[in-house]
Amino acid sequence: MVLDYGSGNLRSAERALTRAGADVTVTSDVALAENADGLVVPGVGAFEACMRGINDVRGGRTIGRRLAGGRPVLGICVGMQVLFDRGLEHGTDTEGLGEWPGVVESLEAPVLPHMGWNTVEAASGSALFAGVESERFYFVHSYAVKRWELFTHGRTTPPLVTWAEHGEPFVAAVENGPLSAVQFHPEKSGDAGGQLLRNWVATL
Amino acid sequence: MSVAIRVIPCLDVDAGRVVKGVNFIDLRDAGDPVELARAYDLQGADELVFLDITASSGNRETTLDVVRRTAEEVFIPLTVGGGVRTVDDVDRLLRAGADKVGINTAAIHRPEFVSEAAERFGSQCVVVSVDARRCPAGIDTDSGWEITTHGGRESTGIDAIAWALRVAELGAGEILLTSMDADGTKEGFDIALIKAVRAEVNVPLIASGGAGKLSHFVPAVVAGADAVLAASVFHFGQLTIADVKTELRSAGYPVR
Repeated sequence: MVLDYGSGNLRSAERALTRAGADVTVTSDVALAENADGLVVPGVGAFEACMRGINDVRGGRTIGRRLAGGRPVLGICVGMQVLFDRGLEHGTDTEGLGEWPGVVESLEAPVLPHMGWNTVEAASGSALFAGVESERFYFVHSYAVKRWELFTHGRTTPPLVTWAEHGEPFVAAVENGPLSAVQFHPEKSGDAGGQLLRNWVATL
Repeated sequence: MSVAIRVIPCLDVDAGRVVKGVNFIDLRDAGDPVELARAYDLQGADELVFLDITASSGNRETTLDVVRRTAEEVFIPLTVGGGVRTVDDVDRLLRAGADKVGINTAAIHRPEFVSEAAERFGSQCVVVSVDARRCPAGIDTDSGWEITTHGGRESTGIDAIAWALRVAELGAGEILLTSMDADGTKEGFDIALIKAVRAEVNVPLIASGGAGKLSHFVPAVVAGADAVLAASVFHFGQLTIADVKTELRSAGYPVR
């Protein structure tokens, strides 16, 4: 299931997931989105516009209910960024969904946006990156999470955090129980992205 | 660990068929865009650019259909340009499956179009094409380069370097910089032009125009290009994408 909240690249996500073996529906229907085996939250453009779109379809509640039931959610690009506490873009401070602590802020690099194929430092034991740890993925973004702030102690399983670098290190992917997210675009990352999506679909 | 230099084939599309003109005048048919797109994806192209060269004379549905069919089969980023004039044009292309849209003449007529498109769809999908050349006699700009329209046939008298900076400030996420002097000559990219634009703008820069042989690509990257674009050398099999990547890799640049 791909959450439709007016963001751009729904068709790309739909086609790539179909190729990864999923039976895909694009929907803004709350009941469908809550109960699907897996929910993909895509996102391109501005953090604030995406949050507005997500709020309009009560996406935060849908995601929260899914996670409470252990049902997988995958955020892509801005669909990942909105899972954090806040987004700082063009001086606008926008509240995110707050599933993870942390702030989305501007990367500091000589050339921005970070546009193109980059490597990642795949988290050890990652299911998403199984078989594609050394591949390059397609990134397009100027903002990112530069500090991972969720620390677990003892009883909870620590999230798997995958890093990448453009000017400075940033979070490229997170796997945290039923909630996963990637900053790059697996749907545009050729065969490597296809494998990553197959890996995610296989967990559903 | 750094972002790879992108190698991008450009397909000039006229009424659903790929063509490439020498200086955009003599057109030669090089095949079906969807077939070519798939072949380039398999060859390892990092992105694809479709330039709809007849967009001004209509046939938009044909283009949208080509974009749709390409996006069904190709899972790398696709930029589509040519005749994009309104926010609705951008919307239609993105919905058809383009990831980025190339804007050229419309931005020259109305620069705020760049910011409107960037605000609505995000800078990441707004590529501004800058078709630059050395000022001909009678035209004078601060940098000595001007931008042209209509495939280089019309002068604007607008400084190309200042223009590149302006569109980046307006929200272009990337600049497709074509040297109209070098385009079609196969004598190499315009290195001075790339350097001059790179010195002013910090958005990614795609160098275009003049690629004729393998040794042409590294100097463009040394000059500051983040991506290199070519058409006929790829379409007619003189070079493969892999050849170019091997060349870049041996010069120490990261490639996919």
